[in-house]
Amino acid sequence: MIAVVDYGVGNLASVLKAFRAVGHAAELVRDPVRLRDARAIVLPGVGHFGHCSREFHRYDLAPLVLDARSRGVPILGICVGMQLLFEGSEEAEDAPGLGLIAGQVRRMRGVPRLPQTGWNEVRVTATHPWIGDAAAWYYFVHSYAADAAAPATLGTIDYGGERAAIVAADGLLGVQFHPEKSGIAGLRLLRAFGEAVA
Amino acid sequence: MTLAKRIVPCLDVKDGRVVKGTRFVDLRDAGDPIELARRYDGQGADELVFLDITASAERRRTVVELAARVADVLFIPFTVGGGIRGADDAGEILRAGADKVALNSAAVRDPDAISAVASRFGSQAMVLAIDARATASGYEVVIDGGRTPTGNDAVEWAREGVRRGAGEILLTSMETDGTRRGFDLALTAAVAGAVEVPVIASGGASGPADFVDLFRRTGADAGLAASIFHHGEVTVADVKAALSRGGIVVRPSEVPAWT
Repeated sequence: MIAVVDYGVGNLASVLKAFRAVGHAAELVRDPVRLRDARAIVLPGVGHFGHCSREFHRYDLAPLVLDARSRGVPILGICVGMQLLFEGSEEAEDAPGLGLIAGQVRRMRGVPRLPQTGWNEVRVTATHPWIGDAAAWYYFVHSYAADAAAPATLGTIDYGGERAAIVAADGLLGVQFHPEKSGIAGLRLLRAFGEAVA
Repeated sequence: MTLAKRIVPCLDVKDGRVVKGTRFVDLRDAGDPIELARRYDGQGADELVFLDITASAERRRTVVELAARVADVLFIPFTVGGGIRGADDAGEILRAGADKVALNSAAVRDPDAISAVASRFGSQAMVLAIDARATASGYEVVIDGGRTPTGNDAVEWAREGVRRGAGEILLTSMETDGTRRGFDLALTAAVAGAVEVPVIASGGASGPADFVDLFRRTGADAGLAASIFHHGEVTVADVKAALSRGGIVVRPSEVPAWT
């Protein structure tokens, strides 16, 4: 079972439906016991980093996710769920991230519109064992982004400059876009992830 | 800059069916919303908008059902509008699976509704729909499907809506809506130049060339059309092909496996 962590934030149902559409059992999970049974963990998230961080910590999910990671359970962060993997965000400096990837998420400057809303082309600098070569067009909605030049970055977009779109570290993958809303390309990525962690 | 310009088919839904005709009058059945949604997805639509124009007391239930049915089959973003009065209505529709809600008349009558939706669900879920008509001095916001003038300036209202938390503007010109004379470029340019959030232009598209004009001559991020797509004379793919030929970046279509 792929556990989609339910901390009351974002359109969780869309992520579940997308996994199920490509043949992977996925469930919303908040209960610590059930989270321990997960073969992979998905951190969704949408909206304000501060709100997501507070809700995430309010449900005391950080120790559970850190524990899962130490047991080698693959973790996929989506949108703000990806941003939570970092140390923090300029959007809410008092709200901590998980600190699993070094660095801060910062407001995008020099861009034509905020939030970036729409489809952008992700270029990859490296393939990843879970999703292969994920270069494609995906749907983005965000005003903050991780550093494109950081070692964790393996996919970027051009939006008023280069921005991180896919990040990875040992046992972790994060995508800034919404694969569950990115049509065929997004479903392909989720299917690959589900197969890799099976 | 590789953010694609978005092509957004719009489905007017009444009592669970898509209708076509001029808004509110001369309505004819144009099919099942789910079938049409899938067809447009297959043609490469970047997003869909559903406007519920059910007039009866059943409206809220039909909107929520619609959002749930669409969410089951569609893996691209979709917006639901029509009769949403505030954050509670919005929450029901978003929980049913919509990604965004569009507020129009209700936002004019109660501007706090914009901030209420944005603070609870995020600005990305709060689309401010503005219907505007030309006046001697500019553009005036009209509500109730164009029947009620408000005296508000459309550009000012867009700015205020964004200040209050709207994450996107869906801008319909009453001058061009249903006329097939092309988008209202002056109105669109004025609003798109006044706000930082994306603007979806609506009203007047007759074919691919109008979308090319829209993106060449205004700062619009997306173009919306209804009847030209329902009639089948123009497909989303036709529009995108014309835009590509014109040097405008669009998302290349991938054929969904489920069509």
